Amino acid sequence: MKTVYERPKLLKEAHFHYCPGCGHGIINRLIVEVLEEMGLGGEAICVAPAGCGMLLYNYFEIDVIESAHGRGAAVATGIKRVRPENLVFSYQGDGDLAAIGTAEGFHAANRGENITVIFVNNGVYGMTGGQMAPTTLLEQITTTTPVGRDSCVAGHPVRVCEVFATLDGAAYLERTAVNRPAAVRKTKKAIAKAFQCQLDGRGFSLVEILSPCPVNWKMGPLDACSWIDEVMVKQFPLGVTKDGTKPTGGAKDVTAATRGGAKDVTCS
Amino acid sequence: MRQLMSGNAALGEAAVLSGCTHYFGYPITPQNELTEYMAKRMGELGLCFIQSESEIAAINMVLGAAAAGARAMTSSSGPGISLKQEGISYLAADELPAVIVNVARGGPGMGNISASQSDYFQSTRGGGHGDYKTIVLAPASVQELTEVVPLAFDLADKYRNPLLILGDGMLGQMMEPVDFDGLARPADYDKPYILTGAKDRPARTIHSLIFDTKLQEEHNWKLFRKFQLMEQNEVRYETYLADDAEMVVVAYGMGARIAKGAIRRLREEGLKVGLLRPVTLWPFPAKALREMAKTVRDFFVFEMSAGQMVDDVKLALEGEAHVHFYGRPGGVIPMPVELSRIVARHYYQARSRDSAAKEEKR
Repeated sequence: MKTVYERPKLLKEAHFHYCPGCGHGIINRLIVEVLEEMGLGGEAICVAPAGCGMLLYNYFEIDVIESAHGRGAAVATGIKRVRPENLVFSYQGDGDLAAIGTAEGFHAANRGENITVIFVNNGVYGMTGGQMAPTTLLEQITTTTPVGRDSCVAGHPVRVCEVFATLDGAAYLERTAVNRPAAVRKTKKAIAKAFQCQLDGRGFSLVEILSPCPVNWKMGPLDACSWIDEVMVKQFPLGVTKDGTKPTGGAKDVTAATRGGAKDVTCS
Repeated sequence: MRQLMSGNAALGEAAVLSGCTHYFGYPITPQNELTEYMAKRMGELGLCFIQSESEIAAINMVLGAAAAGARAMTSSSGPGISLKQEGISYLAADELPAVIVNVARGGPGMGNISASQSDYFQSTRGGGHGDYKTIVLAPASVQELTEVVPLAFDLADKYRNPLLILGDGMLGQMMEPVDFDGLARPADYDKPYILTGAKDRPARTIHSLIFDTKLQEEHNWKLFRKFQLMEQNEVRYETYLADDAEMVVVAYGMGARIAKGAIRRLREEGLKVGLLRPVTLWPFPAKALREMAKTVRDFFVFEMSAGQMVDDVKLALEGEAHVHFYGRPGGVIPMPVELSRIVARHYYQARSRDSAAKEEKR
């Protein structure tokens, strides 16, 4: 009999804590499926965020460190500079990457830091109860934009892929979604491509994933999935924003000599 | 071999010789020579140097590097150290080793770029959020950096805790002769907690999120027991002309250098004044002070601040002796002669106070 579906071994036998209809569970699973298929479970080191994704070490059977809110790309930088042979990726939300951690993400991309960022864009601060995120759409109602996001007061939704695409150090940037089966399959391919980008030493890679948050959007799960297609993608168009083919000459060439082991040095 | 070096450069060289493989820094005066030295030296040796986008990024890079098993360091001055407090709190909570250097300057706010000792509270009380402490080492000369820096990396690894080296702009920028020949690279510790990828072993996690309050409390007590061990084992201080002293000056870092100059003058004039210089500001040499208070009735605290360590001296003495204070905040660096005059006045006042008390008893 042919096995067509099974639990990835890198996914712990635990119940996801995510709300019904949430996209995080799908994305968590896609990541470990890709790691397993690429044979990278023993090499991977994940940096978990503050926010809804913060408990992913309860689900991933790989090494995970939690970072302070927004600092994922800086923590990943530190790890990668010590262990360039490992696959290092951060998992970050929209508040994490596009508000409090803008500087860390932007400059990791600009350095061409050879890491991957899995960026979950659901347009709200989920864990804290649905406040406005930097990616909240104009006129979208959240707990801190009770009459809708007004650009005069609260600015505009931030397009991370397009901003990072201007940076020479960013090698691979793609925006996908997880609201339909075909979109999920595309997201999986994008994650695999981003990891391969890192394995090839090409520099910074990022996959932005539009993900439903029915509870904070105050919608049913199906409506939330439709809303991504009907409304969200107009602000955040899907597709590859950047796919540079050449190595960026950034942070990739740190040799194994920088690994934290003993290296005796004498004073000149 | 003796060479002339600024404290900042010597600090960098001592870190490299102590096995520091990863340095992350951001420019701020008066510590720039350290960042610049590391940029050059780490590059020569094929080690890792990053000029980060902010102090917050730098401390989080340190956290990542420490989690991956490296000896990592960052440095800054007061305003930047304030920004690093987030990461220092996470390092302490995650039980990760790191060395953080503060080449302190005048404050609060932007303050100025002169030497100051006004970051004592921030350094010795944890500094960031939550219930934690860090060992704080306060060197008083460029040569002493060759002892303090390897000790810092060793203690950070030994206790799996971030550690602060608190200098100031004068120590950082002053050039003095320094000899690295006696500097031995601290031995490596087993690090069964670091993240290397879960190949051939169960997956590891490093996190400080503990939702269950009972488990969070247990984690806090575990840290507390570690801090108690530090208090028992890691107190370091120096005494100078203290054996026969009637008044003991308590000062640290460059303040203690100034105090030594003042004490030499006072001794020439026949005043029995000595010095206790805490090398560890936390843990504070409280027992040594209490022991001294059996014979010494007057302690004179001198700081280049409006008075911070003086609180620890009072807590240590528990009312067993008189505590005098002289401070110059704002980046002012007094001359030894100024301090000697103030100490002398307090010395004679204490004498007449004691003889008046004797009169009364008769």
